[in-house]
Amino acid sequence: MTDLLTASSLDAFYGDFQALFGVNFRISEGESVALIGANGAGKSTFLKVLTGLLPVPGQSLTFDGTDLTQHPAHEIAKLGIAMSPEGRRLFPSLSVRENLLLGATVAREGPWNLQAVEDLFPILTEKANTPSTLLSGGQQQMVAIGRALMANPKILLLDEVSLGLAPVIIRDIYSALPRIRENGTSVILVEQDIGQAVAVSDRLYCLQEGRISLEGPSATLDRADISAAYFGRKKEHA
Amino acid sequence: MSTQNMFRLGLFALIIGALLLGPYWASRGTMRLLIEVFYFLALAQIWNLLAGYSGLISVGQQAFVGLGGYLIFSLAMFAGVPVLVGLPLAGLLTALIAWPTAFVAFRLSGPYFAIGTWVIAEVYRLVFAQIPALGGGSGISLPANIVKAMASSRSARESMTYWIALGIMLAVVLGIWALMRSRVGLSLSAMRDDDEAAISVGVETRKLKFLIYIVTAGITGLIGALIFLQKLRVTPDAAFSVNEWSVLVIFIVVIGGIGTLEGPILGIILFFVLREFLADLGSWYMVILGTVSVVIILVEPKGLWGLIQRWKPVSLFPVTRRSDG
Repeated sequence: MTDLLTASSLDAFYGDFQALFGVNFRISEGESVALIGANGAGKSTFLKVLTGLLPVPGQSLTFDGTDLTQHPAHEIAKLGIAMSPEGRRLFPSLSVRENLLLGATVAREGPWNLQAVEDLFPILTEKANTPSTLLSGGQQQMVAIGRALMANPKILLLDEVSLGLAPVIIRDIYSALPRIRENGTSVILVEQDIGQAVAVSDRLYCLQEGRISLEGPSATLDRADISAAYFGRKKEHA
Repeated sequence: MSTQNMFRLGLFALIIGALLLGPYWASRGTMRLLIEVFYFLALAQIWNLLAGYSGLISVGQQAFVGLGGYLIFSLAMFAGVPVLVGLPLAGLLTALIAWPTAFVAFRLSGPYFAIGTWVIAEVYRLVFAQIPALGGGSGISLPANIVKAMASSRSARESMTYWIALGIMLAVVLGIWALMRSRVGLSLSAMRDDDEAAISVGVETRKLKFLIYIVTAGITGLIGALIFLQKLRVTPDAAFSVNEWSVLVIFIVVIGGIGTLEGPILGIILFFVLREFLADLGSWYMVILGTVSVVIILVEPKGLWGLIQRWKPVSLFPVTRRSDG
């Protein structure tokens, strides 16, 4: 499989503070890759870099044959990278349907439109004209994912989907993932819940203090290795 | 068509019809008052589009009112442009001047942007006070031959001014209504709600801000041109008055309900009622105006229209986009 997106020795800074150190990352078409790590490990920073919200001039970041660092955020959306951001960040003065319609701003061709998104999350049809602020956390998360899908992205970024949600709701939302991937959409998901991350991804990266501490196929990685990479401890003997 | 829509359409037709016939039923004093109502409402809706719908809080729109006023005088006096041509031209030129101005203003954001716009307006005021051909600090009156060339009689000139003011006001209100129902309106709302999230879905917020700033400046310039064409005299202090063209306009929008089309209409009614009764009180008039706005904001931050909506969720200008959007 060819790589859709690659980052080589990527560094990222907030002012003088360095948040990412030499990150090597790749994802191929249709693949699902999980990004795990403790708070402050650099997961959200990495997604910000991919979406152009944190510019990294002069770095090596290629997507679908183009140099991503040359493009501002709104152009990256048009190229086909869409994100469901941490904290959902819906537009509070707008209804559910208006939030979804904004996702289609970039007007990319593809299978996703209002109808398809509302089929995926049927509750959104019922709540179409409800102000987004009046939804439950799970419903808001569905709107955030739906809004990203409306862009018909090649890569869908899911930042902390399960944050603050009940397990049954999380299961509901993740059950939509296979249908999203059906069309060849790649998925990068940031997840606190390691079990969930392993279950829904093909490969997995673990970040620790801005560096990749572990990388491998989700199915065969050892739990103890993951937890060592996650917390930065030496592997404990069982 | 639903009964609600029928009612809305009937109401609009009735009000617009009555206003269109204004010169046939209104006295000279009433017409002058209505002209003022029209241009203040137009200014208020434009400021509302800028601040309420797009999140760009400017307290410097007097820069463009003043520019419009001075431009139409200059065009008529020095270039011999007929005023009916001069009006749209003054608006267009104001927009053109607003373009480089925007680069300065958008170096700042949030409260700094607000203060910056005010400073820019002061700069324009000081510049125009330095031009001897325009009367310097004491301003200039429109020469009698130009006034006479506008229309055959004084009442014809006043009727013409009335219809132009009404036309601009209606175009502004209906134009903003149409805009807010469109995809651009959706992007503006998104930008106001959350700039970064809007960029992430592909909204070019920087371009949109420039565009909305320049377009509103142009329309404000057009309104300013009309205002001073009616007053027949322009001075730097009157043209670039922060009190008249920013404070009062903001008062009208905020007490009525910012971010709605209905709000400024309620605000303008309250404002003119208060003014008719209190104008003789001098400084106390401004004190009372300030107190009223503080009380309304404390009771309901969404203004009078917010109070009404709390009681009954109605809408005169529904902006919710249809699903086929």
